[in-house]
Amino acid sequence: MLKISKLHKSYPIGDSSLHVLKGIDLSVEAGEMVAIMGSSGSGKSTLLNIIGMLDEADEGEYILDNVPIKNLTEKKAAIYRNKFLGFIFQSFNLINYKSALDNVALPLYYQGLKRKERIEKALFHLEKVGLRDWATHLPNELSGGQKQRVAIARALAANPKLLLADEPTGALDTTTSYEIMDFIQSLNDEGKTILMVTHEEDIANMCKRIVRLKDGVIMEDVFVNQVRASQYV
Amino acid sequence: MFDRDLWREIFQSINMNKTRSLLSGFTVAFAISLFAILFGIVNGLVNTFDTAFVDDASNSIFINSGTTSKASNGLQAGRRIQFRNEDQDWVKEEFDDKVQYITSRKYLNVTASFRNEKNNYTVRAVNPDHQYLENTNVNYGRYVNESDIKNKTKVVVIGRLVEEDLFLKTTAVGKYINLNGIQYKVVGVFSDDGGDNEERLIYMPISTAQQIYGNNDYVDQINLTYNPELDFDAAIGFGNMLEKKLKNRFMVSQNDQRAIRVRNLASETQIVNQMTGGLGVMVLVIGFGTLIAGIVGISNMMIFIVKERTKEIGIRKALGASPKSIVSIILLESILITIIAGFLGLLLGMGILELAKPTLEDFFITNPSVSWTIVNSALFTLILAGAIAGYLPAKKASRIKPIVALRDD
Repeated sequence: MLKISKLHKSYPIGDSSLHVLKGIDLSVEAGEMVAIMGSSGSGKSTLLNIIGMLDEADEGEYILDNVPIKNLTEKKAAIYRNKFLGFIFQSFNLINYKSALDNVALPLYYQGLKRKERIEKALFHLEKVGLRDWATHLPNELSGGQKQRVAIARALAANPKLLLADEPTGALDTTTSYEIMDFIQSLNDEGKTILMVTHEEDIANMCKRIVRLKDGVIMEDVFVNQVRASQYV
Repeated sequence: MFDRDLWREIFQSINMNKTRSLLSGFTVAFAISLFAILFGIVNGLVNTFDTAFVDDASNSIFINSGTTSKASNGLQAGRRIQFRNEDQDWVKEEFDDKVQYITSRKYLNVTASFRNEKNNYTVRAVNPDHQYLENTNVNYGRYVNESDIKNKTKVVVIGRLVEEDLFLKTTAVGKYINLNGIQYKVVGVFSDDGGDNEERLIYMPISTAQQIYGNNDYVDQINLTYNPELDFDAAIGFGNMLEKKLKNRFMVSQNDQRAIRVRNLASETQIVNQMTGGLGVMVLVIGFGTLIAGIVGISNMMIFIVKERTKEIGIRKALGASPKSIVSIILLESILITIIAGFLGLLLGMGILELAKPTLEDFFITNPSVSWTIVNSALFTLILAGAIAGYLPAKKASRIKPIVALRDD
């Protein structure tokens, strides 16, 4: 599904540069649910951004679903992002002047689907996250948990191969966090491959595998017994 | 390349960000309406100058006589100078290559009647050339001609309003009009751009008038137009030379301002032309000034809009928006706003001009209008400038890495 080898990334800071990723090797199979952990500055978000094609690596190989991701033009990156990836952000990143329905339908618009089809699919995914009745509401009329669920519906809308979540529960209270995790787990149960960055141990333990980063290298890569979020809900 | 979904996106964006759209639209509307108003006012000033001189040919010279105010050549002051037919012929001969048309004038006040209608009018007894000097348009029939002069025929050419007054709804040509008890045949009806007073005149052959009213060869005034090929300096020189030679002919002191007066429209035309030219420069300065202000306004607005939408652009890119779609959504939105606001501004400016028209006429501003061509090209320039000003930030925004745009501030 996903294979990364000898990945390097550094950011220029003034005259010097900060070496953030120092040779990462990682492979993820279809159906996995992986938590990437690490303190701030460990490079976990950078890794996720490179996997998400939001950022580019300086060195190394990255193969996603048998497609080498390299020297992408902006246009190609846009197509791959749309086709392969679904994003869930800590701060939801919904477009604030669009209704929940329009937000969910947006990736479908960029896929070039007809309006009728877009609305149908978007409603289906809103239904799935339990927000069909909120379809016409604007993001600022929704609670944090609801916003994140709209964002998840949006990430799912284009039927991506890989779901990337950057601290998906970072802006939510514990109860809501567990609700969201429960939902993400159910997606994984259905076969979605999920990669998430978190610094919370309890959230990480709800995944099936934990990759720990420190100072740009992988310190630990273990499979864990998944804690089901449903027991807390 | 009409993409309904793209336009739906754009309308949604405009509709949901009303403040932003209104603000940027206001800049454009304000610039365009200001442009239209200022342009219209200056145009109105130019119109005023133009109409002030439309009556007579702009290359006219009028020669009047009076009484001498200074003694000269052994003759006392207070002598009356009287022009005669021979003076006109002399001018014509003396300045043959410089004179285009020449005519004498004699004025009479008459009571004219036709059947039961009666009114007072001024008669101008003239030579045939007078038609060209006064820009007289003959509507029906003919003007005074050489044969009238020679045969001293009792014919008149009456103004459009004289015909209206006396002949009511019937045609005057061919009928006889009674001037102070003498019957004249109406041979023509004329109109004149100089206004109602000019159209309440009656023209008759000067020879006829001389014979009937005084039986002499006196004329009140000599009018001529100079050869239009003369430039301003030559025309003014000609006027001065004419005045000098006439004063010699009548043994009038060169310093005498009253005995013989030569009024040369060339010098007046030159002043008017200079004024109009100055106003033209003003128009250009105003036009460019407002346009530049508008362009700067739009550019600022576009930079602000792109800045404000950076995060949205990042989200869209993360969801798979191509750079092209980012550029087009921003650009088309700004162009659409510019067009709508531009037309509203245009209507506003034109409307204000129209409303203020009666008031403006008190300030010598006649018919302050702007041609659609000028305003439309100004609008087009603004739209183009807005597009260019918007394209650069939009292009830059489309290249922003989504990760930078999505970073939490």
